[in-house]
Amino acid sequence: MSALRLGAVLLTGFLLGCVIYGCSPARPAKAASLKPDGQRHAAPDFALKDADGKTVRLSDYKGKVVLLDFWATYCGPCKIEIPWFMDFERKHKDQGFAVLGVDMDDEGWDAVKPFVNDVGINYRIVVGNDSTADMFGGIEALPTTFLIDRAGKIADVHVGLTSKGEFENAIEQLLQAPAHGGGIMEGREHPAGGPRRVPLAAGLMGAR
Amino acid sequence: MVKRGASIEAKIAVSVKPGFHVNSNTPSEEYLIPLKLTWLPGGALEPGAVVFPKPQMEKYEFSDKPLSVFTGDFDFVVKFKVPEAASQGPGIMLGKLRYQACNNNSCFPPKNADVRLSYQVQ
Repeated sequence: MSALRLGAVLLTGFLLGCVIYGCSPARPAKAASLKPDGQRHAAPDFALKDADGKTVRLSDYKGKVVLLDFWATYCGPCKIEIPWFMDFERKHKDQGFAVLGVDMDDEGWDAVKPFVNDVGINYRIVVGNDSTADMFGGIEALPTTFLIDRAGKIADVHVGLTSKGEFENAIEQLLQAPAHGGGIMEGREHPAGGPRRVPLAAGLMGAR
Repeated sequence: MVKRGASIEAKIAVSVKPGFHVNSNTPSEEYLIPLKLTWLPGGALEPGAVVFPKPQMEKYEFSDKPLSVFTGDFDFVVKFKVPEAASQGPGIMLGKLRYQACNNNSCFPPKNADVRLSYQVQ
């Protein structure tokens, strides 16, 4: 057997890490800091299937605080967080809180169902795709976790493994916040120092 | 230059950016996506074994047990047989190297890197 080096070996697109994913070395988790109400934007609505084949829309959860977790079965950091999320679901579900997991495995339910059964995940899982990720501005790193307030607005986002305490603090803040009236109030400026106006239904303004 | 009927091998050099790791070809957990090379049809050479180096066993914050990974720079060897009936002249073997990378607190979807091997049959 001859061991010959064959010509020039060119690996294209094989700069792992920074070039493909952007230069983002591991960073320490930041302190929990919810966006001020006026700076929150509406979470994109999606329609994805759960394990029973039922369609789940994010808008189904309006009125609840939602922890929306993008994860995958091959993601070790994701698996650290999942038991925490199960705790949060148990502890807060009667307070108007829900965890919703969006799995990003290419193999879909073939990969997810065995894992969900083994771990005994007690919250709803749906299988996402590239379109879902694009709706949220493009999600590459897993886990990426959004905290959504009762009005359906994104109050916080965590990329990468985060501490349980940070999540817990943020969830409690959102649960304690007063519920908004009238649904999503997107793009409104709040008067400095004054109370926020509750929008009246169309047709009542100026009615005589 | 390769001769018809010969068994040959080549080294492929890989570089993993600092701060990241990729699962080895023999990951330590069932759910992990292994490093895997697949040759695309079309080249004249008959693919043989792919020989990866011994992986590192590294412990990460998010894992109870050390993981079988590659980090930094490493080479692996690809083996071929040149068929007796191979046409003379230049050719290219094209392949996809599937990898899945993580850093200390995040993981990234599996990707494919193009592998391109030029040869000349005498």
